[in-house]
Amino acid sequence: MDYSKYLLYLLVMVVVTYLIRVVPYVLMRKEIKSVFFKSFMEYVPSAVLAAMTFPAIIYASDNPVTGMIGLVAAVICAFIKPNLLLVASTACLAVFISGFFLG
Amino acid sequence: MDGLPIGLGYLSVSFTFGIMAANAGLSVLQAVLISALNLTSAGQFAGLQIMIAGGSLIEIALTQIIINSRYSLMSISLSQKVDKDMNFARRLFYGFFHTDEIYAVAMGHKGKVGHIYFLGLTILPFIGWTLGTGLGAVMGEILPVMVSNALNVALYGMFIAIVIPKVKAEKSHAFVVLIAILLSSAFRYVPGLNKISSGFAVIICTLVAALLGAWLFPIYKKKEVPDGLQ
Repeated sequence: MDYSKYLLYLLVMVVVTYLIRVVPYVLMRKEIKSVFFKSFMEYVPSAVLAAMTFPAIIYASDNPVTGMIGLVAAVICAFIKPNLLLVASTACLAVFISGFFLG
Repeated sequence: MDGLPIGLGYLSVSFTFGIMAANAGLSVLQAVLISALNLTSAGQFAGLQIMIAGGSLIEIALTQIIINSRYSLMSISLSQKVDKDMNFARRLFYGFFHTDEIYAVAMGHKGKVGHIYFLGLTILPFIGWTLGTGLGAVMGEILPVMVSNALNVALYGMFIAIVIPKVKAEKSHAFVVLIAILLSSAFRYVPGLNKISSGFAVIICTLVAALLGAWLFPIYKKKEVPDGLQ
């Protein structure tokens, strides 16, 4: 790809993404007291992660059935032992093994 | 140590990005630069597509705003979580590293977090993301499909590991998760709604589910999140 064109694209992406992240971070210096806002912020991680995971995880592998098996395996594992690496590898293994049988 | 699983997950996702960038005719350096300076999965994949298609600069800016504006929410949320030692200059620096996974792990950490914690948390994911991109761009498609299928679910597995302890501890989190899942399924399957870009859909799902949760189940006392991340 042409370098000057590439650099323009890159510059726009980088500046926009950086500002999106840093401007709110720098501006919000004081602790917020509002119960509603605090509760909202408490729920944002659960909401955003749930929305990104489902249904996308089903389509993360070529076969939706293996994706579904990976999802179920990860949820069960997380209920028993919510360790990041353990749950992630359980999901991978479940998809790999079921992919072996289902093709 | 908290950064290790993220770094490993990023290695595999960015590997795919590297392959795509190489196939699109970008050099290894160009691909790595995109990853090192953006550090965003969905935003980069979308940006790359616009670059390939020769789209306008406005288009690429708008796409980044829509897909990445969830980071604004995360930054606001993190601004409430960090120590006093996270001063202006450090915020300018560390703010760059706010990704879905780094955010989630930092929020799952007990109590306030300081800049030393962030340094440890962000360094491996950053290395994983740029290194994976480089490897993908250099080696092209060498991974068998079955292995890459399995690696693709790693990030989602981590998300699940973060959400489930909260759901287990608080019914209100279970409610929020349920709403978010129903909405995101609607954005996937309902005709018309599924025309909306996935980045924008995630923002709507998050806002609606978290606002409903805050409205119906306000949290009066600061509760500790169960520490399942060690």
